[in-house]
Amino acid sequence: MAAGQHRAISALFSIERPKLIASLARIARDVGVAEELAQDSFEAALEEWPKSGVPDKPGAWLMLTAKRKALDAHRRKQMAAAKYDELGRDLREEEATPPDLDSVLDDDIGDDLLRLIFTACHPVLSQEARVALTLRLLGGLTTDEIARAFIVPEPTIAQRIVRAKKTLAEKQIAYEVPHGEELSGRLAAVLEVIYLIFNEGYAATSGKNWMRLELCNEALRLGRVLAELAKDEPEVHGLIALMELQMSRFAARVGTNGEPVLLMDQNRARWDRLLIRRGLAAIERAHEACVKLNRLPGSYLLQAELAACHARANKAEDTDWAKIAGIYGALGTLSPSPVIELNRAVALGMLMGPQAGLEIVNALANEPALKNYYLLPAVRGDLLAKLGRHDEARKEFERAAAMTQNEQERAVMLKRAQR
Amino acid sequence: MRFMVIVKATKDSEAGVMPSEELLVAMGKFNEELVKAGVMLDGMGLQPSAKGARIKFDGDKRTVVDGPFAETKELVAGFWLIQVKSLAEAIEWMKRCPNPHNDGGELEIRQVYELEDFAPGEGIRIHEKVRDELKKQK
Repeated sequence: MAAGQHRAISALFSIERPKLIASLARIARDVGVAEELAQDSFEAALEEWPKSGVPDKPGAWLMLTAKRKALDAHRRKQMAAAKYDELGRDLREEEATPPDLDSVLDDDIGDDLLRLIFTACHPVLSQEARVALTLRLLGGLTTDEIARAFIVPEPTIAQRIVRAKKTLAEKQIAYEVPHGEELSGRLAAVLEVIYLIFNEGYAATSGKNWMRLELCNEALRLGRVLAELAKDEPEVHGLIALMELQMSRFAARVGTNGEPVLLMDQNRARWDRLLIRRGLAAIERAHEACVKLNRLPGSYLLQAELAACHARANKAEDTDWAKIAGIYGALGTLSPSPVIELNRAVALGMLMGPQAGLEIVNALANEPALKNYYLLPAVRGDLLAKLGRHDEARKEFERAAAMTQNEQERAVMLKRAQR
Repeated sequence: MRFMVIVKATKDSEAGVMPSEELLVAMGKFNEELVKAGVMLDGMGLQPSAKGARIKFDGDKRTVVDGPFAETKELVAGFWLIQVKSLAEAIEWMKRCPNPHNDGGELEIRQVYELEDFAPGEGIRIHEKVRDELKKQK
């Protein structure tokens, strides 16, 4: 087979794969079986399509083939597994009526996709397992790609995925979209997984690890898909807004020598205007959803609002610090934390001057949660430097440098100490 | 990676013939599919070149030429901005697009340079200098 042909069929399959797995899993009640059947149908396509040409409705063809494979397996092995039986019954019913490829693919494929997302992020699985399974089933990343992105050995990821599928089967996790009171907690788990994937990619500023960028893009894509599937949920739009806005600064946050560039020092001409526009639009949608449900803005929306304050300022000096301090206040009410307080202090310092900021930071000095947090001395150093108290500032930066484990952060702190 | 999918102009699009209801519906469905898959980032249709202009550069000289422009098939009538994993995926998605014009359409798929493709150099430094100047003016 020509390489181009193989590439084209693979690309088609990667488009159809999540939908295939999602629908097959509903019938088989097992995501592992669904994934295998999808793979079988892909291999059949690789064999058939170069001879017969690509069918008009490739997705429906793949689905029908997967179901036939299930029936074959059932007949051949006389499998007791009810999963295959269920698929076979489904197919026999279809064969009893005139074959119509349109009916093979469900209209409410969206519901199946949602089921698959909720299942992959099920709380019965560990956080690590949820991430790996989501990337494998919905992102279509290979275990090797996932392993490279997370810088762990491939067998570790492969094992994690196998175990996760086994756990789902053993615990007989229902393949469904949670509703009622369960929904908000389960949705929060899904959003957490997506944001975790995003941050895993975003946090790495060093080197040219393209798989890391791929994680950001995959999280964005999953978020965009979810925003379409769960339009009424404010936090879904809040999360996608947050990710789009953070992503808009991706290129600007690393300097010539790979060193991190702080937000206030970034070249705003390098911020991606399209992503900013999309992020701001998602914030609008989140607010509309809040109004509709009579809900207060959640944590993702508030964080997106923070990012938006920076995105809207064409120059660093134009930043609306009063609004930022207010948002940190709201975040602190939602989930009280000294780290949020520290950030609020920085915002107030920008608004009212370094002396006011320093007083708030000093009040935080004995917070146990901030004891080993390098940004506390870093912020103190910054405020002291602005007040011209350079000797004290240097000591704070040196303390911050000694506290961080990250080499690049340490370099930034030491550089400031030398100033 | 991001791709710009360019819709080439035709005699109809240049004449300002609006798409049929049928095409509008089909195109709407296609766009919906792209959005649902998290693929479509942006998209726009352009008015006929008769309503546009060109600026031609010759050394330091600039000459403005008003539309319409003759080479219809080379003109742009609209575009999508999509994000996918490969050119092959972009092709497979756009093959599903309804024929954008009744009189023989053409799509051109081009990969977008991302900012991180450019090594920070003189150009970026100039942007930074401008920003510093603006700071001083304040």
